[in-house]
Amino acid sequence: MAKPQLKKISEYCWQIEPFGRMRVPGVIFADDVLIKDMDEKTISQVCNVAGLPGIVKASFAMPDAHMGYGFCIGGVAAFDPEAGGVISGGGVGFDIACGVRTFHTGLSIDQITNVKEKLAEALFRDIPAGVGSTGNITLTGDTLNSMLAGGAAWAVEKGFGTKEDLDFVEEHGCMKGAMPDKVSPQAKKRQQEQMGTLGSGNHYLEVQEIIKIFDEQIAEGYGLKNGDCLVSIHCGSRGLGHQIGTDYLKQMAYEAASFGIDLPDRELASVPVNCPLGQDYLGAMRAGINCALANRQILTELVRRVFAKIFPGAQLKMLYDVSHNTAKVEEHEVNGQTKKLLIHRKGATRSFGPGSGDLPPRYKALGQPVLIGGTMGTSSYILAGTSESESLAFSSACHGAGRSMSRTQASKQWQGSQVVRQLAERKIIIKSRSMRGIAEEAPDAYKNVSAVVEATANAGLAKKVAKLLPMICVKG
Amino acid sequence: MWEHFAHQADIGIRASADSLSGAFEEAALALTAIVTEPQKVEAVESVEIECSGENEELLLVNWLSSVIYEMDVRKMLFSKFRVKIENLRLSAVVLGEKINQNKHFPAVEPKAVTYNQLSVRNEKGKWTVQCVIDV
Repeated sequence: MAKPQLKKISEYCWQIEPFGRMRVPGVIFADDVLIKDMDEKTISQVCNVAGLPGIVKASFAMPDAHMGYGFCIGGVAAFDPEAGGVISGGGVGFDIACGVRTFHTGLSIDQITNVKEKLAEALFRDIPAGVGSTGNITLTGDTLNSMLAGGAAWAVEKGFGTKEDLDFVEEHGCMKGAMPDKVSPQAKKRQQEQMGTLGSGNHYLEVQEIIKIFDEQIAEGYGLKNGDCLVSIHCGSRGLGHQIGTDYLKQMAYEAASFGIDLPDRELASVPVNCPLGQDYLGAMRAGINCALANRQILTELVRRVFAKIFPGAQLKMLYDVSHNTAKVEEHEVNGQTKKLLIHRKGATRSFGPGSGDLPPRYKALGQPVLIGGTMGTSSYILAGTSESESLAFSSACHGAGRSMSRTQASKQWQGSQVVRQLAERKIIIKSRSMRGIAEEAPDAYKNVSAVVEATANAGLAKKVAKLLPMICVKG
Repeated sequence: MWEHFAHQADIGIRASADSLSGAFEEAALALTAIVTEPQKVEAVESVEIECSGENEELLLVNWLSSVIYEMDVRKMLFSKFRVKIENLRLSAVVLGEKINQNKHFPAVEPKAVTYNQLSVRNEKGKWTVQCVIDV
C-alpha cells in the first residue's frame, strides 16, 4: 500500500488525498507538533475508514487522535444510508457512549478546601469504582429493559435526580429508537449488578476547580466563574456495552463480505445501515447509550448524597452530559443539501453550534458544552460548539488528551505511589485501590491536553470557555 | 509462557506453549495478569466454559471473550485453566476466586477482546497466540 501523503491545508488542518481504496480524503486536525507525533498506524486507520461504502465528505481525525481498532480513537465519519452507507461496530467501540458529565456544586474552592480529605474519603467510599465493584441496584428482566429503553429519564423516574437534570443531557436523557430485545442475554447479565458503578481504566470522578475563564459571555451563560468547583464523571455503558460490542463486531465482521464490503482490518466490522443486522446493531447500540446515560445519572445522585452529608443544602445542578463513543443519525448540510447521515464519533465529542435543536433553551444562543477530560494531574476543559464546526467535521471536536504511551510502558516507567505523592504536592488528592492502575494512568502517559484543546479551538471545531484543575480524583 | 506487549491505548497479550490448548491456557493467564498478579488468585472455585470458532484465531477471541464474560458476571478472577481443543471446539475448566479489592488490588478491567494484531501461529511445533485486549 502506498504511504499516505499529508498535505498541510491550513495551520491546523492536514489532508490526505484519496489513494488506493479511499473514496474520500482523510482530514486530520492538529498542530505541527501533534501531527508529527501521530504514528503511522493512526493515519492508516484514517485512510481505511475513508474506504468504507457510503462515506460522506472525508474521514476525520481530531487533534487527540491515536491508534484504535479499525477506526482511530478521535475518528469521525459520516455515512449516507441512502447511498449504501455503513454502520460500524468498530466505529463506536466497546465502551458504547462512554462520556463525560459535569455538574456545578455551587461551592467555592475555599469551602471545599476545608474538608477536602473528608470529601475525598466519602466519595471513594460511596461511589462504587474499580474491577469487581457492584452497585446497590440489581436489574433484571423487564426492569432492565425499561432502563435500556429509557436511559437517564428512567433513572430519574426511579428517584435518581430530577426532571430538570434531563434538559442538560444529550438527547434529553433518552436515546430514542433503542431496541432492548436486540441486546443479548449475556450483555444484560453483565449489567445486572453494574448500574451506578464507575468502572476502571481511564474512568474517573473528579472534583475540579475553575482556574481560568476564556470566554466570559459563554461562561456566564453556562453558569461558570473563576474559583467555582465542579464535579465531572467519566464513564460509559459498563459490561453491557462491552458485550454488545463483542456480540455485534463478530457478526458484522462475518457478514460484511456478503455485502461486498472488503475490510482491510477486521475491526472495521461494517454492514449497510439499512440491512437487518445494521438496524439490529443500531437498536442495541442505542440501548447501550441509554445504559451509559442511566449510569451517569445514578452516579450523579450518589455524588449528591455524599455532598448533602458534608454540605447540607448544597445544590448540585447539571452543566451537561455528552458521550464520545456513538453513532447517531443527524441532519447535516452537504453540498447545499440537508441530509440525514449516520455520524460515527469514536473518541470524539459532538459539538453542536448555537441554534441547534437538541440544545436546552439556556444554551441555545451559546452552543453545546463540549466536555474535555484531562488526566488526574492536568487540566480538563469546557468548550462550546461553534457554527463552523458543522462544515468542518459534522459538528465534532476532540474528547480528551489521548494516550501517548502504552499502559505497559507507563507501569514500567512510574510507580503509583510516586505519582500520588507528586500530585499531593500539587494539592491533588488521588483515591484508588490500585497503585499499578495509577501508574498506568500517570499524567505523562497522555498527550498534552492543553495542546489538543488549543488545536481544537484554533481549527474552529469548538471554542474555549473554561479551564479546570483537579482537586480530588477517584479512579476505578 | 506469556507476556504483555505495548499497544498505545490498551494491552496486548502474547502466549506460547507446545500445544494450542496450552497456548490458550497461557493467554488466559496473561488476561488475568492485566488485572492483578495471577499468583494472588487462589484456585478455589471452578467454572466450565465451552465455545467454538470458525478458525483458530476466532476461537482464541471467543475463548478469551468467554473468560472475560465469566469474570464480569461472577466478579471472579481466574488463575488455573484446563483447556481441551478438538476440531475447533473448546471445552475448559477455569479455577479462581471472587475478586477482593483489598487482596487483589485490581488495576484495570478487561472490557473486550479485539481483532487487533490477532494471530495464532505454529512454528516448528511451538504455538504462539496473541491479540489486544480493550481495557
